Amino acid sequence: MPGDPKLKLVHNRPAAPAKGKGDTHETALYARAEPVCPSKIDGRFRRFKWAVMVLCLAVYWGTPWLRWDRGPWAPNQAVLVDLAHRRFYMFGIEIWPHEFYFVAGLLIMAGIGLFLVTSAVGRAWCGYACPQTVWTDLFQHVDRFIDGDRNAQLALDRAPWSLHKLVKRLTKWAIFLAISFATGGAWIFYFADAPTLQREFWTGHAPAIAYATVAVLTFTTFWLGGFMREQVCVYMCPWPRIQSAMLDEKSLIVTYKDWRGEPRGSLKQAQRLPGAIGDCIDCKQCVAVCPTGIDIREGAQIGCITCGLCIDACDRVMGQVGRARGLIDYCTLDDAEHERRGGAPKSLVRAIFRPRTLVYLGLWSAIGLGLLFMLGQRSRLDLSVARDRNPEFVQLSSGAVRNGFTIKLRNMEDRPRRVVLALDDLPQGAIYTDEMDAALARPSLAFTVPADTTQRLRIYAVVPGDAARERRFAFRLAAAAGPGERRAQDVVTTEFAAPGDAD
Amino acid sequence: MADFHKPEPRVDEATGVETVGHEWDGIEELNTPLPRWWLWTFYATIVFAVGYVVVYPAIPGRHAATAGTLGWTSRGALAADLKAADAARAQTRAAIAATPVEKLADNPQLLRAAIEGGSAAFKQNCVQCHGAGAAGSKGYPNLNDDDWLWGGDVATIHQTLEHGIRYPGDDQTLSSQMPAFGRDGILTAAQVQDVVSHVRVISGQEKPSASSARGAQVFADNCSVCHGASGEGNRTVGAPRLSDRIWLYGGDRATLTETVTYARQGVMPAWGHRLDPVTVKMLAAYVHSRGGGEASPAPDPAIPPATPAK
Repeated sequence: MPGDPKLKLVHNRPAAPAKGKGDTHETALYARAEPVCPSKIDGRFRRFKWAVMVLCLAVYWGTPWLRWDRGPWAPNQAVLVDLAHRRFYMFGIEIWPHEFYFVAGLLIMAGIGLFLVTSAVGRAWCGYACPQTVWTDLFQHVDRFIDGDRNAQLALDRAPWSLHKLVKRLTKWAIFLAISFATGGAWIFYFADAPTLQREFWTGHAPAIAYATVAVLTFTTFWLGGFMREQVCVYMCPWPRIQSAMLDEKSLIVTYKDWRGEPRGSLKQAQRLPGAIGDCIDCKQCVAVCPTGIDIREGAQIGCITCGLCIDACDRVMGQVGRARGLIDYCTLDDAEHERRGGAPKSLVRAIFRPRTLVYLGLWSAIGLGLLFMLGQRSRLDLSVARDRNPEFVQLSSGAVRNGFTIKLRNMEDRPRRVVLALDDLPQGAIYTDEMDAALARPSLAFTVPADTTQRLRIYAVVPGDAARERRFAFRLAAAAGPGERRAQDVVTTEFAAPGDAD
Repeated sequence: MADFHKPEPRVDEATGVETVGHEWDGIEELNTPLPRWWLWTFYATIVFAVGYVVVYPAIPGRHAATAGTLGWTSRGALAADLKAADAARAQTRAAIAATPVEKLADNPQLLRAAIEGGSAAFKQNCVQCHGAGAAGSKGYPNLNDDDWLWGGDVATIHQTLEHGIRYPGDDQTLSSQMPAFGRDGILTAAQVQDVVSHVRVISGQEKPSASSARGAQVFADNCSVCHGASGEGNRTVGAPRLSDRIWLYGGDRATLTETVTYARQGVMPAWGHRLDPVTVKMLAAYVHSRGGGEASPAPDPAIPPATPAK
């Protein structure tokens, strides 16, 4: 069934020549990848692809250089993954390792976002925003800039090695390498202060891991973007397989409307046999512009990243021959069936807004709102208390009983804070630290916690013998509130152990 | 033979690719060729593997594997890591070595480092007797409390650690001897019971009785020279305070009778002979930080302050 729009695997390799009977069946085990040299094209999807590409590259290269004033106690880079100090900064948000669930939430949103995009507009991620697509596209423009358009590229590829070819190849590869270096080089600026690291990088003072990272990413960009290209999508990437499972008959895919196009024939044939020839004039422009080198007229396939460039090409040809646009177009399998039976084309909006996408959208938004709510509610002052287990309590010579605690005061604000640690519900109790004299024990102690740090304390709580019995009590950590601030405090309930406890 | 197992392959209509000839319930496998770059990647991994086998230990022999040209060993890697860790600590250790133990508290960061180092050394050397939580057990003092036999300021703790208690072979070891009052016939069995009654009265465990009244006189005649007139103890001879709630061996009548009859002679090794000075100092800081550490006494104006070690 040619043109049956079922998902199937199509290879770039021409079919093996038929063998005569009696031959041993020798199929080549390994096939050379056929070069894909897409033609230049202009159209609405190409322009959209340009816009997404510029946006993606600008975000990638520009983000580390955005500044964000956090005062003297924290870095001033808007987006910074500070692995060395275990902090993640994103504009006004600072995430500590124990708050990593925010990042997990973002990843879950990214996952559901991909479900949403896939169920609504199919493989839009593959076609426009995937780094492999963006950089392949960029490198294909370099191909065109150095070698000329499709036919010149194919001719040069077939031509034997000569000085001319060598110069062209070396020039192109040098540009590839420069782009790759810029790509690999930009990555490290997300992990350290960009201006400082850049200065260190060029003067040879950056950490070895920075140079290694740049080297690895330069190589992978050069290799994957410059040479592997569509091979990555077809053979390496799991995403097309996953997407195949997530697409359904209501997802938008790039569709060749074979009921309108078939049988293919030239304009002359159409004039000679009116009514017997379809709209497709078999000009192969859809194949020529395809960045993965497939023929969309064979139906949806794993090589199709749904970038829509074949739609642009076909629309232009249809315009030139005076036929209606949209012989190749975004269409769902259901709508294709509907149109095949003679129904009127349905609007794309209805294909996008349907229960499944709305459920994904709702889920995605709910998680996003939940994260925002938690972000607004989270406290930037935190107390954690670990009671000593060995010994549980210490009998003092006066008969008083002492318990030991390891306490962490977390000041997550970008300024030093004066905090008070006090006892709740421990009558006659007093506390002191291991750096203090026991005689200085007080019901509450004040500390200054440096900006953006966790202070670990050994705290001893003493209760006189006549009052010492097992009971629940709490440590209360409070920070003095500045003008116009909420009073920040954290309370942790724990237990006081004393002799004679049943255990 | 081969043809029997290998049915005629056919070309799949939809893809134009030959099948391998097998069929499972109508499902056929396409004989899709692998991309050639995959083959080159495979060759590259083989080349890598050969290089790896040459430079790293790889091929097992009868006694050992081949050494590899880099000479890498996991023991060597561990030794290098340990050396690097030692180098990283060297500065802190030098600073601790240069600081008198009672001055460590003036530098909170250094004190913290000393306490952490002491905590590690304690786990290795001290827990066998004093317990993992330093809570001690019968005959082995609890280091968390505020009751010290020989003194609880950091310098005295350091002295105790360095020279030990009643440790033979160390001239400066802290030493004293309690007479075995019962065994050596200094006191009669009845007198021992009377003095035990008295001790249990001053420690708040018993009400005064005729026995304790007799015992008070026995105590004044035999015990007060070391343990003090009211049983407050004497740290210069390591005589424990008897009027408090803490007992090293036990405060019940049977244990006290045993103590007075046979005496107690606790021994602790002189750690200065076994550990390096910095570790001993760190142990002193750690023990002092366990909650019962006492403030250093004000320096005696008659004695000039010691010059810091150079």
